[in-house]
Amino acid sequence: MKTKTFRQNAVTYGIVILFYLICQGLILSGNMSSLMKGLMVPICYYVILAVSLNLVVGISGELSLGHAGFMCIGAYASAIFAVCVDGKMPEGLELFLALIIGAAITAVFGFLIGIPVLRLRGDYLAIVTLAFGEIIKNVVNAVYLGVDENGLHFSMKDSLSLGLSEEGLTIMNGAQGISGLPRTANLTIGIVLVLITLFIVLNLMNSRQGRAIMAIRDNRIAAESIGLSVSKYKMMAFVISAALAGVAGVLYSHNLSALQATSKNFGYNQSIMILVFVVLGGIGNIRGSMIAAVILTILPEKLRFLSDYRMLIYAIVLISMMLFNSAPKAIEWRKSLAERFARKKDIPAETAGKEAR
Amino acid sequence: MKKRRVVCAAMAAVMAMSLAACGGSDTASATTAAGEASESEETAAEGSSEGVFVIGGSGPLTGGSALYGTAVKNGAQVAVDEINANGGINGYQVKWIFEDDEADGEKAVNAYNTLKDEGMQMFVGTTTSGACMSVIAETENDNMFQITPSGTTADITKPANVYRMCFSDPAQGTKSAQYIAEHGVAQKVGVIYDNSDTYSSGIYENFAKEAQAQGLEIVGAESFNSESKTDFKTQLQKLKDAGAELVFLPFYYTEASLVLKQADEMGWAPKFFGCDGMDGILDLPEFDTSLAEGLMLLTPFAADAQDELTQNFVAAYEEAYGETPIQFAADAYDCLYVIKQAVEKANITPDMDMSEICDAMKTVMPEVTLDGLTGAGISFDENGEPNKAPKAVVIENGAYKSLE
Repeated sequence: MKTKTFRQNAVTYGIVILFYLICQGLILSGNMSSLMKGLMVPICYYVILAVSLNLVVGISGELSLGHAGFMCIGAYASAIFAVCVDGKMPEGLELFLALIIGAAITAVFGFLIGIPVLRLRGDYLAIVTLAFGEIIKNVVNAVYLGVDENGLHFSMKDSLSLGLSEEGLTIMNGAQGISGLPRTANLTIGIVLVLITLFIVLNLMNSRQGRAIMAIRDNRIAAESIGLSVSKYKMMAFVISAALAGVAGVLYSHNLSALQATSKNFGYNQSIMILVFVVLGGIGNIRGSMIAAVILTILPEKLRFLSDYRMLIYAIVLISMMLFNSAPKAIEWRKSLAERFARKKDIPAETAGKEAR
Repeated sequence: MKKRRVVCAAMAAVMAMSLAACGGSDTASATTAAGEASESEETAAEGSSEGVFVIGGSGPLTGGSALYGTAVKNGAQVAVDEINANGGINGYQVKWIFEDDEADGEKAVNAYNTLKDEGMQMFVGTTTSGACMSVIAETENDNMFQITPSGTTADITKPANVYRMCFSDPAQGTKSAQYIAEHGVAQKVGVIYDNSDTYSSGIYENFAKEAQAQGLEIVGAESFNSESKTDFKTQLQKLKDAGAELVFLPFYYTEASLVLKQADEMGWAPKFFGCDGMDGILDLPEFDTSLAEGLMLLTPFAADAQDELTQNFVAAYEEAYGETPIQFAADAYDCLYVIKQAVEKANITPDMDMSEICDAMKTVMPEVTLDGLTGAGISFDENGEPNKAPKAVVIENGAYKSLE
């Protein structure tokens, strides 16, 4: 049993490393288009988001629709840090610290939000997390933050009421966001973070705590009756998932030079998109959600040649992929196809056997 | 037991197959991408041997601000068709390519990269300010010549390779406040702005700064955001109670038309003042233009101007796309002519690579003067900002009338 999960996990890591080697090879040999090069880091953060949401949706069995909100917190926390220390420390160290800060602050927020939210179940939890994501985005859009020799200035009105001195620097400028960010993220860093995420999530799944989380998912009353603390284990999954989303946010903010919270990147559209990765890849299936994230990030870009029909075709492809993956008839058809394959292989083997006889 | 194992194996096989397929598709897409890239390089190479300038642009073609991206795409297409019909630039034809960026930073970078793969040599974009802020880092890195038709945020022109055709937020906000103060239009000013939009909040901020300096009293600044932009009654009521004589509306005409309508329903008739985003309000379907009587706006372009250039442009645009062009289309049109003039001045040929083109363009840009749709004698300062006079107009009898 142990060797089986080990083998399964090794395959997952192997896929990531293979992907990295192929892409890095293509980049170094100059065979990759600018578009694909630009997509490398986004692919990494979408994979991290998909895997981390799968922890809540698949392993802990709660429907959360506020994942983009956590990503937003991580992105903004790290961006503020990056602007504050800009040029004062080496890039690598800055990114490393930004990752830690982003993850830590998001984890704190995950905990705070988890306290009220995890008392709810099912649809109610989904509604509250959805609202939370929207609140985060709107609050971030209303905050003005500046720094000068007197320290930090904060306002919810506009950048004039910050009262900055002449040399003052506006860090967060409401809806105009944060600009002048370092673009230090690259494929290697992204892949390392994906591997760390996988390591955390896969090990958690196969640990005592992970089994407790899944037991609560499968039967809450039975789990409680044998003395498992429901709120503790649910909170564990929720906070870890939030922290990982925060890491994805850090990667996001270090990939673009300007950061703004719009409904496109941190709104519920994005949360639903991440959920689509998870559902398409299979709820509870880490490897599947990883692959779904990669395909669905590349697909809309590859459909650009369709111009006006791009989004229409994208939706149709999405629906057909969903059906192929999970419709009972489609599963049946796939099975019968696989069996036919197996039989064809068997027949020559049998005849060969007969001849030998 | 055995059966089960067979099923397991079958499942594993299916999984492996799907994985292989996925892995395959990954590598396949990567290789096709590479293939496309080399193909596009080939076409670009072919293009340059035949002599084609490839100019790219990006903007939202889907989503809430699709109107603006489409206008830029079409406006530039009109210019390109004209240029090509008149013998091209330096005798070379121009190819205009446009990608959808959904007004999002991340997607805009993807769109820009796609355009680069298609062999773009000069970039007219992006349409929206927020997305533009993400793309300037890329173009600076590549040393790609960029001129934005309508990205207004002040910082956009910071990199040396980036120029702007429209007025920046500071220019619009400051000039509006100056105009109101100098002409004694009003003393007590109320503002409504979209705090989720960089364009609107940028203008508001600079307006507020200059209003203070000019001694105007801002009696109220009310905001709305992109998710609640249909009901402005609360904001209007607050400004009315605060005694505003003039309401400054630094946002786009679709929302502004609702503000005018709702103020009318409330029976309140202050003076209204708008910026270049207000241009287009008279052509809005189902809008009662009598509500806009007396509305003042600063705009560089008016579709019903009587000069020959504007009339030809409007006629060509209406014939091709069946609608009246808005200011975005005019800005994009002028961008193409600025590029044409600069390329001719610098004697650029399509076989130069993008970095060489950019360096050559940078040296001649200060010498460019264009009599365009959005102003006469447009030139560019060392920061890449346009020097052109904003036209203050007032709406009278359903048409623009120039103000002093």
